[in-house]
This record gives sequence, C-alpha cells and structure tokens, in this order.
Amino acid sequence: MNWETVIGLEVHVQLATKSKLFSGSATEFGAAPNTQASTYDLALPGTLPVMNEEVLRMAVSFGLAVDADIGKRSVFDRKNYFYPDLPKGYQITQLEFPTVGRGSLKIQLENGSEKVIGITRAHIEEDAGKSLHEDFQGMSGIDLNRAGTPLLEIVSDPDLRNAKEAVAYLKKLHSIILYLGISDGNMSQGSMRCDANVSVRKKGATEFGTRTEIKNVNSFRFVEKAINYEVQRQIELIEDGGRVVQETRLYDSDKDETRSMRSKEVANDYRYFPEPDLLPVIIDDEYIAAVRATLPELPGARCLRFVSQYSLSEYDADVLTSSRNMADYFEEVARLCGDAKLSANWVTADLLGLLNKNDLDITSSPIKPAQLGTMISRIKDNTISGKLAKTVFEALAEGESDVDQIIEARGLKQVTDTGAIEKLVDDVIASNPDQVAQYRAGKDAVFGFFVGQAMKISKGKANPAQLNELLRNKLKAE
Amino acid sequence: MLSKTVAELAGALTRKEVSARELTQAYLDKIHQLNPALNAFVTITAEKALAQADTADSRRAQGNAGPLTGIPIAHKDIFCTRGVLTACGSRMLHNFIAPYDATVVERLEQAGAIMLGKTNMDEFAMGSSNETSWFGPVRNPWDHARVPGGSSGGSAAAVAAGLCAMATGTDTGGSIRQPASFCGLTGLKPTYGRVSRWGMIAFASSLDQAGPLTRSAEDAALMMNAIAGSDLRDSTCLELGFEDFTAKLNEPLAGLRIGLPREHFTKDLNPAVQTILQNAIRTLESLGASFKEVTLPNNYLSVPAYYVIAPAEASANLSRFDGVRFGYRCENPDNLDDLYKRSRGEGFGDEVKRRIMVGTYALSAGYYDAYYIKAQKIRRLIKQDFDSAFNDVDLILGPTSPHTAFKLGEKVSDPVTMYLEDIYTIAVNLAGLPGMSLPAGMLNGLPIGMQLVGPSLSESRLLNVAHQFQMNTDWHSQRPEV
Repeated sequence: MNWETVIGLEVHVQLATKSKLFSGSATEFGAAPNTQASTYDLALPGTLPVMNEEVLRMAVSFGLAVDADIGKRSVFDRKNYFYPDLPKGYQITQLEFPTVGRGSLKIQLENGSEKVIGITRAHIEEDAGKSLHEDFQGMSGIDLNRAGTPLLEIVSDPDLRNAKEAVAYLKKLHSIILYLGISDGNMSQGSMRCDANVSVRKKGATEFGTRTEIKNVNSFRFVEKAINYEVQRQIELIEDGGRVVQETRLYDSDKDETRSMRSKEVANDYRYFPEPDLLPVIIDDEYIAAVRATLPELPGARCLRFVSQYSLSEYDADVLTSSRNMADYFEEVARLCGDAKLSANWVTADLLGLLNKNDLDITSSPIKPAQLGTMISRIKDNTISGKLAKTVFEALAEGESDVDQIIEARGLKQVTDTGAIEKLVDDVIASNPDQVAQYRAGKDAVFGFFVGQAMKISKGKANPAQLNELLRNKLKAE
Repeated sequence: MLSKTVAELAGALTRKEVSARELTQAYLDKIHQLNPALNAFVTITAEKALAQADTADSRRAQGNAGPLTGIPIAHKDIFCTRGVLTACGSRMLHNFIAPYDATVVERLEQAGAIMLGKTNMDEFAMGSSNETSWFGPVRNPWDHARVPGGSSGGSAAAVAAGLCAMATGTDTGGSIRQPASFCGLTGLKPTYGRVSRWGMIAFASSLDQAGPLTRSAEDAALMMNAIAGSDLRDSTCLELGFEDFTAKLNEPLAGLRIGLPREHFTKDLNPAVQTILQNAIRTLESLGASFKEVTLPNNYLSVPAYYVIAPAEASANLSRFDGVRFGYRCENPDNLDDLYKRSRGEGFGDEVKRRIMVGTYALSAGYYDAYYIKAQKIRRLIKQDFDSAFNDVDLILGPTSPHTAFKLGEKVSDPVTMYLEDIYTIAVNLAGLPGMSLPAGMLNGLPIGMQLVGPSLSESRLLNVAHQFQMNTDWHSQRPEV
C-alpha cells in the first residue's frame, strides 16, 4: 500500500522582549523560581494586563517576513482551563483576529527544488509557568517566572509531506526568527517549541486522515524522529485493521517513540471569549510601513544577493544564508580576503565540517573571520598552497591564533623560486625514466605521477602552478 | 456633625471648628457603637485612620489641603488595600492581604481622605441585597429588618448611618445606584472607563465601574474629582485630562431636555413610586427643564442579556481563585482535582457558584453563539436605543428600583426575583453610560431614589441636575434615626 503523510506544524516562539507580554516582569531565562513574577503574573485579584508594544512590533515584523496579511485590528481572547501553572485560570491569546494572518514560506527540498509552505496564521499569546514535579516529595512546585512571557504561535498549513520537509520548514522559520532578532530560537531552553500534527492517507486520497498531535518536541532531530515514528505507527495501525485516534501524544526521545497523553484533553472546551480587560489592537498602514522599514535583509533576499554579487552557486548561497550569523561571518571573511568564491568554499566545507564535528554554532567558532580571512589571503598571494592551508586551518582550530606565525613555525611557505623548482623537476625526470618514456609515448595520465613525486620531495611546498608549467615544458622537451 | 456633607465638613475643617483627628475619632466611636448592629464594616482600620488624620491635619496647617483632606471615608471591600484585608465578601479571600492599593484607594489617599475601614458587600459583588456576603447581611439604617441593597450595601449603610462621610462603591448592574436608593443617598456610576478598575476585584470586567456613595451630588462631584482619570495600569480606562466635576454644579437647568422612557412608566410601576417621580419631574420643570417621552424598546432584554454576559466574564475572572497561590485552600487535598473542587466548593457561596455555572454554560461549545454572541448583539441594540434617545434629550429620568428596601430574607431564596431588582439599572451598565440615583422621596418611612442617565461622559451634567434638584428639595437631607 502506498501512503502519503500530511504534516502541519504549530511552532511556539518565545519573543525576546525584556519584559513580559502584559506585565513589567523580566523574562530572562534561568532566574531563581518565582523571582520574575509580579502581582499580575501571580494573578492577584484586581491586577490587570497592559500590552507590551514591543511584542506587537515583533509579531508584525515576523508577519512581514513571511509576506503575511497583517491584522489591522487584532483581538485578544481568553482560553479557559485550570492548571496550577496557569495562574489566572485562562490564557490570553488571539483566536479569531490574530495579529498575523495568512502568509507563506519557501523551503529547499533535498532534490534542489523549492516548495512553498502556507502559513495559516501567527498569533500572540502568553506562556504558562512551569510545574516542577521533582524535589517536592508528593507535591508539585510552581515556578511562574515564565508565566506571561510573550509567545508567537506560528501555525502552518498541512502542506508538509514528510519529516525532512518538516525539519526544513522548521529550520527556515528558525533562521527568519534569528534574522529578525525576535527570539533567541533556543530549542533546548524552550524558546522555540514545536507541536506536530501528523496524519497519513492513501496516496491520491483527497480527505485527510485522522491526525495526532505530537507535543513539545525540542530539537530538529527529534522532530524528524518523532514524525517518522508516528507515521510508521499510524501506517502499521491502519494496515493491521486499526483506527488512528485523534489525541495528543508525547515524544520520548530516550525510547524514540510517541505515546498517548490524556486523550480526554481533546475533549477540553476552552470556552474562548474576547478578553474584556484589553482593547482590540488597532494598527494602520503607517505603523506597518514603519516596522517594514526596520526589517533586516532576510535570508531569501540575501541568498539572491550572494548569487548575483559573489557569483556563488545557489546551493552555497543557501547554506551561507541559512543563519544570519553564518552569512555575516562569510561576508566578513570575503571582505578581508577579497575572494568570495574561495571564502564560500572554506566556510561551507571546512569550517562547517569543523563546527558540525564539535557541535558548535558559528558564533562560537574557534576560528574567527579575521583569521580565516588572513589565511585565505595567504593562499591568494601564493604564500601557501591551498593544500597546506589545511594545516594552517587545523592549527587555527586547535587554538593557535596567528596565521603568519603558523606558516612560519611549520615552514609551510610555498617554494616559488623558479630555480629551485626547476631542480626539483630535473631530479624527478632523471630518477623516473620509465614513466618519462610512457608520458612521451602519449600516456598523459602519468603526468599526475610526476606532480605527486615533486610534491612529495618538496613536502607539498612547491607552487603547484609553477611546478605544472615547468614539468610540462621539461617533459615535452627533447 | 457626623451627618454633615463632605462639603460642610470640609468647611468645618478649614474653619478649624474640628480637626481631622477629632472627626476621625468621632466616626470611629460611632462605628464602634453602631456597627455591631448594622454589620456595615467588615474591617476597621482605626490606627491607620488616626495616622492619616494627623497627616491631614498637618497638610491643612501647611495650607496644602484639598476639599477631601481630612474627610473620613469607607471603602467597599472589593478595592484592594495595601496591608489591609480585602475579602470581597467571600470566604475565598478571608485571608487575602494585597500588597498594593487600588488606583481609587490610592487617589483618595493622595487627596487626603482618611480610610476608616472596609465595608461589607455581596460576595464578589454578586447580589442586590448584601445577603450573599460571607460576613453576614448588612442592616438598613432606616429599618434594621430591611436590606440596604447591594452589592455596595455596607458602603451605603455606613454613609446613611453616619459611620463615615462618604464611601466608595462599585456598580456592575446597579450596585451603587440601588443601595443609594434604598438608603437615601446619592450614588453615581460613571461612564465605563472613567475610573480605573486597577486594584478593584473584577466581577464582570466590561461592566464594572467604581463610583461614589455620598449624601449629596456636590459630595459625589468632589469624590469624582479625586478618583476619575486615566490610568496606564488599566487599558480600558479612558485617556482624558482632568475634569472638575464641581464646575457646572450651579449651572441653571433652563433649556434642559429630559426624556422619560415609555418602558419605565407603565402600569407595572408601583403607583407610589410613580407619584414620587411625578413630583420630582414637577420640581425639575419649575427649574426650567422640559420633559418628553422617549423609547428604549430593547430595555426589556437587558436583564437576560446581562445574566449571560456578566456571569460569562465572572466565570473566567473567578478562575484565579483556585486554592493554589492565595486565598482559601481546603484542608488536606487528595490531589489537584480535589484541591480545586473543595477549595472552590467551600470557598465560594451559592450565588457565586450559580453565576460561575451559568457563565460557564453560556460560553460552552455549542451554546456560545446562542447565548454569549446573542447577548452581545442585544447589548449593542440597547446602546443604540440610548444613542437615539439622546438625539432628542439631554438626560433620561426614571426609577432606580421598583420599590423601597425590602425585608431581609424576603427574596434571597428566589434568584430570578432578585435579578429583577436591577431591571432599571442594568441597561446603563450594558451601554457603558453614566447613571446616578438620588433621593426623590419617602415611602412609609423609607427613602426611594430616582435615576438619571446621560450620554457617555456626561457626569458633570448629571451632577449639575442632581445638585440643582437637591438645592430645591430636602429628600437628600433626610437621615435615619440611629
């Protein structure tokens, strides 16, 4: 049987405001429990919400970045349910009139093609606090530091067809959010959390299958694994004659499986109604234009610019613009050494390899743009060969700081003295008469052998261009 | 002395006939003497009051006093008061001490008013007789067998009995105006958004409004000068500059057009009340006002619409009382559900539970459109009725309550009869308009009020008409024998 997967994502992004959505409390992560909870965050009677305008600006900037309709009149609603980490007994969110309406996002598929993913909406809401079940013997602790932190919930259309697309979409969102500077996007700290709605249907079917919602998956890798597990589970269930139940499921990364949470949660009636303590938020074209004017260059536009300005391949440009910091890093290196193509090669291949191997972000790269820039400059001015530059790169990665000192100390300088190279070539030709004969008989492939021999003797330091030229000339002679 | 108006007391303080401390002590003595019978106060803050009185006296000595400096006041126990119990008439908050003052309390303190204590009220302001209070009913000073009205019953009884010079109240469906009518006081519910709701425990957020309960319109104006005005802590509070509500008190009424709603003057209206209103109309006519019939065709829907919207909002507003962070918590809960169920089951009284259930029902999936949305549509129609009436007239006059104060226990077991108590007042809250009740006559030894309603932000005009009426009548000067 041929199955098609349908995925829609709900992504909660914690907005990086200094204070909370409706109170003046700080939002910093990791403070001692309940030290960032005001009378409003505690829901003491008589306290009232006052909207943090910065949240509105951030939401609108996100909307503009995904070409969304901006709600000129957005309305807050109360979503009612009881839970100890929800102090008011309701969450203030936006139901019918969100600040960000329909938009879209382009993702790159593995086969190199592009796919447009619809964004249904993005609304502003408050985060809940945290219930702490350990350390309290038979009781629960409540930490309200996070209660009231502003969230933007970004809801995608059910346009994603496999886990890889879901991850690509998520990464793209992540990148936009960091470009905009509206969140730190830190998934492990919960600044970006993902719920995945997953269903399967027979290929060609027009109706959606029954979906399950996988809650709070906290890394790109886990999103992929959780979806793959869930898809497999649903297919097996149906093929065995079972039926998928609409429910909320939790992904357990230790066991790599999803399991059912309380299924009665689906039956929760949140009794939404407009929040009477807040007026509708009204914005005009002027406001939207002002926010638009502050938008940074976004990944899509920057990617196109990299292709046209630096003549990079689309693939390289896409990799380099996947994060704002990466793109900034690359542009700094390219500016310093004056060779964008070479810079792109080093950043996308060697540097990214190094970072991935050590699970580092570009911002904590052991090699700084100035060092990489200098190193590439030394390739360009023929001080070192591209090959020996790898040695320099490794030394930098190990923590050495001065490129020229590394070259000096290790004797990596290229031999560019024509006399010295000529002698080298003569030696190689003299000591390999058989190969010389083969070459002269028309076996061009042997040429590489001579280069290798010469490089070996020179310990890689012979300037390759000069070496090649002299070799060809000398072999041709006689 | 204790039955004088704020304006008169301010004069006495200015002329040094009495000090704020003497006045405060005299009120405290009277509270001590009469409160056990009336149950108007639930908390008496004698020490704080005397300290504030000394501050007021020194402000007066420094020539740094306003008209309210040194005037003793009582606050409805719905206003949070820093360091002082705020129980809101409920067992749920029997132990709640807020670490902040409500904006209204703060502004009155800044004006120099002296807080004598906190007054009894219907639980969470839900009631029209003050009988739903966890602290027991309040007695009407005019007749101890009768209710003072509600929900601001303690405040009204305290002012009427001379236990304070003025008091704060709140009005969600008539909770200032109806007690004012029952106790012979002047009570003003301002335009929605005129007075900050910050620090005032919410019943129905889109309807709640704080206002004065006083012995005269002039006193109400003086209180409004202190409490009205924008507040960044309440997003629904209107951004308006300072308005002097006393400025227009003495304007003549010539040319004033007053509307009489056809729907209020029917054969269902108690004939004695009708007669009292006719007398008031004649007085106002003699002062230059003209009268004309207006129609409020959707007014009859106001009680049902109100009893969807107010409980709906209340059902969410009261969710925070869950036994987790403050307030009443049941003994030894077995688990979370048990904690919620018993804390709320034991902490709330019957009327509060009834309204939470009604509100929860009205907001439920499948019923929301039929109840909540429909009620909101009615609310708009009611507002439109007033808007078109105010195309023809400046104000509307009618009854505040269908009758004088009723007996304790008379209606408490019949919620619908109790809800109909507010039939004349509720539409004003739904429309967000200013309304006031002022004494218009006496019936069998009990006071009865009339209601004036104006367009949005017309408080100065309402106070002007009420003041002119009071300059020419003495109903507001009647005092119960205590």
